[in-house]
Amino acid sequence: MKEKRAQDPNDPVLPAVEERELVYGGLEAGLGEVFEVPIGPIHPALKEPIRLTFKVRGERIVGVQVRTGFAHRGIEFMGMRQGRNLIQILYLSERICGICSISHPIAFTQAVERAAGIEVPPRAQYIRVIISELERIHSHLLWAGVAAHELGFDTLLHLTWRVREKVLDILEELTGNRINYAIPIFGGVRRDITPDQYPKVREALRYYRGLLNELLDAFLRDPTVEARTRGVGILEPKEAEELCAVGPTARASGLRKDVRQDRPYLAYPDFEVKAITPEDYGLTPMGDVYDKIVVRLLEVGQSIEIIEKALDNMPDGEITSFPKIPALLAHLKKAEGEGLGWHEAPRGEVIHYVRLVSGEESPLVWKVKAPTYSNLMSWYPMFEDQEVADIPIIAACIDPCICCMDRVYLVRDGKEEILTKEELLRLSWEKTRRMAR
Amino acid sequence: MSGWAIFGQAVLAVVGGGIVGLVFRGLDRKIAARMQARIGPPLRQPFLDLGKLLVKETVIPKTAVAWVFSAMPFLAVLASFTALLYLPLGPFRPILEGYGDAIVVLYLLAVPALAMALGGFASGSPLGVVGAQRELVMLMSYEFPLAVVLVAVAWRLSAQGIAPAFSLGTIAQNPLWPWVGPLGVIGLVVLLVTMLVVTPAELAKIPFDIPEAETEIAGGLMVEYSGTYLALFYLADVVRTLVMAGLVVAIFIPYGIAGVLGLSGAAAAAVDFLFWLFKLFVVMVVAVTTVRVGMARLKVDQVARGFWLWGTAASLAGLLLLALDKVVMG
Repeated sequence: MKEKRAQDPNDPVLPAVEERELVYGGLEAGLGEVFEVPIGPIHPALKEPIRLTFKVRGERIVGVQVRTGFAHRGIEFMGMRQGRNLIQILYLSERICGICSISHPIAFTQAVERAAGIEVPPRAQYIRVIISELERIHSHLLWAGVAAHELGFDTLLHLTWRVREKVLDILEELTGNRINYAIPIFGGVRRDITPDQYPKVREALRYYRGLLNELLDAFLRDPTVEARTRGVGILEPKEAEELCAVGPTARASGLRKDVRQDRPYLAYPDFEVKAITPEDYGLTPMGDVYDKIVVRLLEVGQSIEIIEKALDNMPDGEITSFPKIPALLAHLKKAEGEGLGWHEAPRGEVIHYVRLVSGEESPLVWKVKAPTYSNLMSWYPMFEDQEVADIPIIAACIDPCICCMDRVYLVRDGKEEILTKEELLRLSWEKTRRMAR
Repeated sequence: MSGWAIFGQAVLAVVGGGIVGLVFRGLDRKIAARMQARIGPPLRQPFLDLGKLLVKETVIPKTAVAWVFSAMPFLAVLASFTALLYLPLGPFRPILEGYGDAIVVLYLLAVPALAMALGGFASGSPLGVVGAQRELVMLMSYEFPLAVVLVAVAWRLSAQGIAPAFSLGTIAQNPLWPWVGPLGVIGLVVLLVTMLVVTPAELAKIPFDIPEAETEIAGGLMVEYSGTYLALFYLADVVRTLVMAGLVVAIFIPYGIAGVLGLSGAAAAAVDFLFWLFKLFVVMVVAVTTVRVGMARLKVDQVARGFWLWGTAASLAGLLLLALDKVVMG
């Protein structure tokens, strides 16, 4: 990463002029020499701002630098400011990510429920599971379309996104919104799934079950898709483990790693979720992009099964243990303690940490770890010795969610700062002391 | 023909070629959209695009080599339109017949690609440089099979005793199909398929849109072009599509339908001309639209390997089959 440098106040995103000239290859670069190719922060291959600077010899990548921090919104800071109560923060947590917009609230509500000792009725747990699995279906289909687009296969993008509409319709039917469902609340859910809605959900599931084989065919049997993804962006299992990759990124490398399996939460123990790896499709995991497509598409099938099972065994009863919001707020204000919430988002494990202090409405600490944060490092081995043409699909194959991941960005006196390990350690000590009071 | 007559015809062909090319681009986009379950843009969209680009500001980057950067769009568009003038236009002989032959067309088809590559190098953008390098690799890989196809057909014609064999007008007037035996038919089919595969590569369309590769290098060699210059490249591309389709039609399916319908004179010419446009359209849909809808973008090394190995092998096999056929048929 570059040293500290002055930031143009009018142009906070684009790199400073001298840096831009540094990357200029031009005619002098010629053939066969190493020169830098900047990708981002604004680039057609990236759906969100992040800066990847590649050192390239011809078509071969010889080095990469990742710079983040273009989409930091300070959501946790907004949440920890005095004067916001936890229900207001719940809405904030929903807006950390537009695509996994139930994953963050699920992790956040769990963290708060653990901190405040709130029980969640079984029916509410099932509803949370159903919505989050529906979200997984839409998220994986979205990713598949984006991946096809990155490969230049726009037909597959259009067709995948077209079939994705069905699950969005169901989500709208169940929650009132296509995204940002606002379903979980501390102690339960906001809306019930009524029995007359079951057939509609079942019908959508049948639709996707019938479609799944076609999707697998379209993606996995297509010779051009195979030519572009087989052996591209390989992440060895050892590397995946060392770099703490999560979610489909890790599973495609053959690691059976899934929070729903390893630390079941909510109603997930009832479904005995097993982490899916390419082995389940009869393939030896290579950890390449092809395997990541396999895993994600198979997970669509897994989600269908989970939802069907959940609909069959839906328990009766209340949907929330606090039907009245003022009572809930009063309980949360009295609560003291810390809690951790986790959830297997479509992209991997998301973790929220909350510390509540008695007598205060806002939490003292709210810490979010999005899956992309764990997966970002796996880019480095994946980009190694690949071609420029592979950049978009490798960048996309971890299904990056940049604005979820951008959790810290330090600007002091108008200067962007890079923190060293020691400084980070010092900051964490200070924070611990502040929390201990 | 007098110089002025040729000039008049050329102006007519250039204006008509531009309009037909843009209409074909509109059709191509509409059909592709329907195949992808989209509604697609209206037919006049390419005209709107071109008009909009023409009135937009043209930016020349500070880091660019300005004169090369500015000259290349004109070179590309001139070469594309000139290639059109060497093409038999349905029932009509090539306008510039006698001033050059099929070899000139080959060169004229390569010039826009070279111009784009030089423009990319001169643009001063790393993405443009990557795109330009890719364009040069592509050019080297697909030109050989294309040349072999032309040479094979011309050689067979000259073996038949028809001259000048390298004139596209002659090639179009003397289709090879009736003279060759079964081996020759197979050879011609192989050559036709080679030609149809080369067509999207020549036009840089998916799966061969590698030099531009929107998601990879953000438009590659086009990345710094804007306004009028981009419009010129757009026009060159549109006309080149016509020329490539026209080449395929001239070599392999130069037949008219006026004779079948029992027409003669001006009516025959008009009907044959319309039929020729229809053939161009069919070739475009088969070789460009369906292919670009049905495939992902390949990588430049995959394409180079494919053309050098399979493209070359296929075109040489076609040539060999034609030669064997000549030996067998006598």
